[in-house]
Order: sequence, then C-alpha cells, then structure tokens
Amino acid sequence: MSTLTETEAPPPLSPTTEETKPPRRRGRFTPYWLLLPGLLWLVVFFALPMIYQASTSVQQGSLEGGYKVTWHFATYWDAFGQYWPQFLRSVLYAAAATVGCLLLGYPLAYLIAFRAGRWRNLIMILVIAPFFTSFLIRTLAWKTILADNGPVVHTLHSLHILDLTNWLGWTAGDRVLATPLAVVCGLTYNFLPFMILPLYTSLERIDGRLHEAAGDLYAKPWTTFRKVTFPLSMPGVVSGTLLTFIPAAGDYVNSELLGSTDTRMIGNVIQTQFLRILDYPTAAALSFILMAAILAMVTIYIRRAGTEDLV
Amino acid sequence: MPLVNWLKRRLVVIAGLLTLAYLLLPNVVVTVFSFNKPKGRFNYAWQQFSLDAWKQPCGVADMCGSLSISLQIAVWATIGATVLGTMIAFALVRYRFRARGAVNSLIFLPMAMPEVVMAASLLTLFLNMGAQLGFYTILIAHIMFCLSFVVTAVKARVMSMDPRLEEAARDLYAGPLQTFLRVTLPIAAPGIAAGALLSFALSFDDFIITNFNAGSTVTFPMFVWGSAQRGTPVQINVIGTAMFLVAVLITLFSMVVTNRRTKHNA
Repeated sequence: MSTLTETEAPPPLSPTTEETKPPRRRGRFTPYWLLLPGLLWLVVFFALPMIYQASTSVQQGSLEGGYKVTWHFATYWDAFGQYWPQFLRSVLYAAAATVGCLLLGYPLAYLIAFRAGRWRNLIMILVIAPFFTSFLIRTLAWKTILADNGPVVHTLHSLHILDLTNWLGWTAGDRVLATPLAVVCGLTYNFLPFMILPLYTSLERIDGRLHEAAGDLYAKPWTTFRKVTFPLSMPGVVSGTLLTFIPAAGDYVNSELLGSTDTRMIGNVIQTQFLRILDYPTAAALSFILMAAILAMVTIYIRRAGTEDLV
Repeated sequence: MPLVNWLKRRLVVIAGLLTLAYLLLPNVVVTVFSFNKPKGRFNYAWQQFSLDAWKQPCGVADMCGSLSISLQIAVWATIGATVLGTMIAFALVRYRFRARGAVNSLIFLPMAMPEVVMAASLLTLFLNMGAQLGFYTILIAHIMFCLSFVVTAVKARVMSMDPRLEEAARDLYAGPLQTFLRVTLPIAAPGIAAGALLSFALSFDDFIITNFNAGSTVTFPMFVWGSAQRGTPVQINVIGTAMFLVAVLITLFSMVVTNRRTKHNA
C-alpha cells in the first residue's frame, strides 16, 4: 500500500540486456501495444471526464432547457461563497483524522515491525481482514458503539471527558453520535489501515543494527526513536498521511452515517447537488475546487516533506 | 517501581494492541449483532439472542440479489484491471518509450484523487454521452480506479526481478513466448495476485463511485447504504461476519501452504 512513495520514485532503468541485444524490429512497438488499452481506458474514463466536468462548471441552463457553455465563472465564486464552511470542515476533520491515524497507527506499525516476533503474520492479517467486511457495515457498527446509553458514552461521561469535549465543541449535550467527534472517530477508523501499511513497510526496511548502534552510543530509547527510527520512517509517514488525508477530505459516508446536518462535509454537498438537487454546474465547480485544493496541498506537502531534513 | 518500569518497557506493545482493538471492535460488534433479534427496524441496540438471521441469510428482499451483482462486478473488474494493469506495468519496467512521465502521472493521479471528484466527473461524462447508467457504467468505473493499484503492485514485483533469469532462459534457447510463460510470468505472479486481490476488495466494497454511476442498479454496499435509512436487517451483519471469517480463513490457509512449501524447499 506504499503506492504513493513508490510511484514518486524515479522510473527504474530498463534492464540493459534489451539495449545490448541487436534491435528487433518486432519489439519496437511492443511497449506502445502494451500501454495502449490500459492508457486508453484511463484517458477516456479518467482524464476526459475531468475535461467534461471543467466544461460543465462554466455552463448555464436548466435540466429541461439544456446547458450551454457561457464561461460563467461566477459559479465558482458563488459555490465557494456558499459552501466555504463545508470546505473548511472537510479540511479540519480530515486533518484531525490524519493526526489520529498517525498517533494510533504508528505504535501498531512499530509493534508489527519490531516487537511482534512470531505473531507478526497474525497481526497483519487482523489489520487487513476487516477490509473484507463492507466498510459501510463496519461504520454502522459505530452507531452501536457510540450509542447514547452505551458503555462508551457512559464511561466518557463519568470520567468528565465529555465535559471537556463539550467545552471544545467536539461533542454536544452528552452525546457522541451526531457530533464532530463521532465523524472524526469514524474517519480515523476507516482510513487507519492506509496509515499502518505504508508505515510498516518503511519501518520494516530499517536495519536493526542502527538501533543497536544508537544504544551503544548511549542514546536513550526515546532519543533513538526521535533521531533514528522516526526520520528513517518518514517515507511511510508521508505516504500514510496522504493516503489518509485525501480520501478523508472527500468522504461523505462517515458524516452522513455518524454525523448530523452540522457536520456536513464538502463530499455531502457535492453528492446532494449532483444526485438530488441536480445542479450540475455548481456540483462540478465544487468538485473542481476540492480537486484543486487537494492537489495544491499535496504538492506543497510533498515538497516540504521532501526538502526538510529527512535523515 | 517495578510495575512502572514494566509498563514503560511495554508501552509500544500496549499502545499497538489498543489500536488493534480499535480496528477490530466494529467487527466484534457486527458479529455479536448478527445473533440479535431487534425490536424495531434498526439493529443498533441489543435485545435478545437469536439464530434467525443465520438460518435465513437471504430472508431479506433484494439483499442477496445485490450481493450477486457486487460479486459479478468485482470479478469482471478484477479481470479487466489485472490484465490491463499488468500490461502497463511490464511496459513501464521493461521498455523505454516516449512520454514516460505523462504515463506515470496518468497512473498516479487516480490514486491521489478524492473518490467524489472521480465519481462526479465520470457521471458528467456518462450524462453527456447519454449512456444508460447501470451494471456496465459501474464496471467501467471500477476497472478505471483499480487499474492504478494493479500497475503499482505488479511494477514493484517485476522491478525486483533478476533479469539474468530471463537471459538464462534465452541462452537455453527458449523462445520469447516460452521465456515469458515459463519464467517471467511465474516470477511476476505474486505481484499480479496481490493486484488482483486488491482490485477485488476495492471493487466489491466501493460505495462512492458506485453511488454516482449506478443508476437503478443496487450493489451490496448500496443496499447497506439504503438500509441505513430504511432499517437495517440483521442479515447484513450475517454477510459481514461471514465475509470476515472467509477472508481470515483463506489468508491463514494460504499462509500455512506457503510455510509448508518454503520448509519443503529448504
């Protein structure tokens, strides 16, 4: 699942054998034939739709009378003006869920990589296996776990944690369901494996002797972690945070199932505009803003994470 | 303070196991509530033990139909994405060609795009083309977003492959086709299998893109989504539990087989 870092890596040199062999006429076009069907699929069903959407976002008209391109860029401005709270909320919830995933996922990835011993494979299976139960069913289970009279809410209440979260605005009125906390909790849960797997991949590559060396040089365990382990796991942290943040920012399932109208994210708005209100230009503009915002944030993030001292 | 020291040394283990519990808790709830006999239409509060749902897993109208549609789409999407993705992966690793950067970003972008954006734009395309939304539009969408994941999985495997193995095959007078079928393909197989498995899981569980492009076709995730509004039948939990168990059993079985084989070879 460490897909993001791997695709960032420079393309490998093709084995030199192909070059040293006498050129075969038959092989010259082989790569193009291999690429053609798949790339055609991506161009027609991924790239082309983006162009259609861009065009839709500057159209005006009605469902009955049809739409025409009028270069009506005001749609963008209106859409953003009306729905900026949902945009902001999406970014905040997704950021909170990403931090939550990192804090929860790192110890588990570390445990699997260094401490699990012969339990390693079993724990890996337990991390991946929930994937095979539909995530909607698992998200609905949180409705039971966080139910108003359930043990979780009861415990949080008697420990006065709910008072604190109420004060912070994360929960309201002694409930967890239908509050931002429930949505963030659901997002964290749903995308946690996408954090754990890349973290594990990069932790597992670390040479165990580096830990010994740090210990020999009188580094305390925490110092070893801070100076050796964590910096070396940065590729996993970067791709893990991206794999969590991007889908979380566009998600509307958790907000719909665990939240309320006060927790609506931009995904909810796009979905409603597209499938219920059928205001295609606004929906297209919103989804374009979301795409641009995420691509911009991801680019800045990769640049920063790439240039900062990784070792 | 021996207890404090003990806790300190095991802090990572304890924190990791707590995370594991957080990950597995919903599955435990799903399993327990598959034995529930709810009073109202919703299966969120525990009432009493019952085996009814397990005795009649298809007792709910349309649920097993949606399950079968999801399985069909997942199988075809897996086949489509695996074939197309494997071809791209081989081209990327084994050949030099123009516009490699453009190809790489075309493969990377679908993975870096929020699902809503892809779903909405694909719907715009289908609406503009006047396509009939349904089974085939879902299938087209699923092949599209599974493709990139197959490419990445297969690419990683083919890249780590020793090219000398193929040279050896050629030196031993194997033709190109023979080399590919007897040497290259078997070595690449784990990567291809990983890509296929991932495709199946992604397609079977996809909701957002399917929801936009399904028309009136109902897949299993869409059935669950609808039931969250209308009332959740216990049978949903039965299916969820069964899928979890089958997944764990298959993985355990394949692990035992691989272990045996490696021991046998050693």
